[in-house]
Amino acid sequence: MSVFWALCRQHMVLAWRGGHTTLAVAFLFIGVTLMPFGLGPELALLQALAPGLLWVVLVMTLLTSLDRVFQADYEDGSLDQMMLMPLPLEFVVLAKLLGHYIALVVPLLLAVPLAGLLLNLAPAHLPMLLLAMAAGSPALVLLGGIGASLAVSVRRGGLLTVLLSLPFYVPVMIFGAGATQQALAGEIDATRLAILCLFSLASLLAAPVAMAAALRNAVR
Amino acid sequence: MTENTMPKPQKKFLPVPYAKPADLQLAGVACTRGMRRLFEGVSFRLKAGDGLALYGPNGSGKTSLLRQIAGFLPLAAGTLSIADKAPYGVHFMGHADALKNALSVGETLAFEAALWGAPKAKDPLLDTDRWLTHLGLEGRAWQAVGDLSAGQRRRLALAKLCLAPRPIWLLDEPMTALDEAGRHLVNALAGAHLAAGGVLVASSHVPLDFTTDALTLGAAA
Repeated sequence: MSVFWALCRQHMVLAWRGGHTTLAVAFLFIGVTLMPFGLGPELALLQALAPGLLWVVLVMTLLTSLDRVFQADYEDGSLDQMMLMPLPLEFVVLAKLLGHYIALVVPLLLAVPLAGLLLNLAPAHLPMLLLAMAAGSPALVLLGGIGASLAVSVRRGGLLTVLLSLPFYVPVMIFGAGATQQALAGEIDATRLAILCLFSLASLLAAPVAMAAALRNAVR
Repeated sequence: MTENTMPKPQKKFLPVPYAKPADLQLAGVACTRGMRRLFEGVSFRLKAGDGLALYGPNGSGKTSLLRQIAGFLPLAAGTLSIADKAPYGVHFMGHADALKNALSVGETLAFEAALWGAPKAKDPLLDTDRWLTHLGLEGRAWQAVGDLSAGQRRRLALAKLCLAPRPIWLLDEPMTALDEAGRHLVNALAGAHLAAGGVLVASSHVPLDFTTDALTLGAAA
């Protein structure tokens, strides 16, 4: 188990030192800042669209951050070593993605309330939005990890990662944005929240197996 | 510069006798990459204390054979058996040194020790300064790995061989980029590994001192 945490911590340290955390948060803010330029500064319109826009920007930020999650390891030979670690590869990838989640997704979620201000998000929508994002984001990271592991041996595979992962993101997006949009201000949509948790738990079971298989294929 | 000042490796950093004697057996192994058959009919058996040197021209399949033994590459034909079916009994040291440029040398050692499950009881294993002296990297604990030279990176990559005792070592051109003292270090590590009852397969373009046997791939090509 100490191997698991060492891997997780190593990934976090590398994400922080490599500036990935800062870049992802900056990307989120820039994406959100662009929205009023495209949609016009009408406050009522922005307020109505804010939850959906925040979801889209979060998904885009996650996808752009995920393309390097295994690629650096593939290029510097760490992937070979990951095959030989005293921990099954399924747990090795899980440790890395947990590190990715703590180092990148948690700061992003913390930045969402502030980014919401830029879109005139109604404060009463915020709790439901954050709950839905917290429930759905593990699924987003895990499913994106499958795309990243499939594209690992492709140079400049970032766009391929996005292309492979986006279809899987559709259900999470539907229920995540839906939960926030439909719920009346201040209410909690427990059904959709439960479905989002289901997505996250199901991908927690399936994604490590898929990622490990893809990576085993990549080290050939 | 520091070639002659490097101290001899200390005994406590060298491999200790392995719990089970290693036994690695290949029979009729073949390898195909793309449409090309690199080699076929490779058979040998290595028992505790045997070190096999792999020679052969570029592209003859030395690295591929090592990757097959490590389990990365499927066998095109033949069988491979490793005594003591413990799944994580193999060290593979490839061309890529698997080091992270953003970490410091000391952090790398600490991470490696944790990653490879170095036994906590052996405290000196985690004594970074002594490790660095052992590897000829004294005083560099705070230096970023990205600032090391190719040979120094190679020395740092050697650390994991000793951090986790594993009876089978696969070394892909272990002497690359190393100076004389570095090659001496590899010789000492490999010699101690074999004396401890391990086996190793090392590919090389230069003669290796520590191997007991040699196999030349693709001699006809």
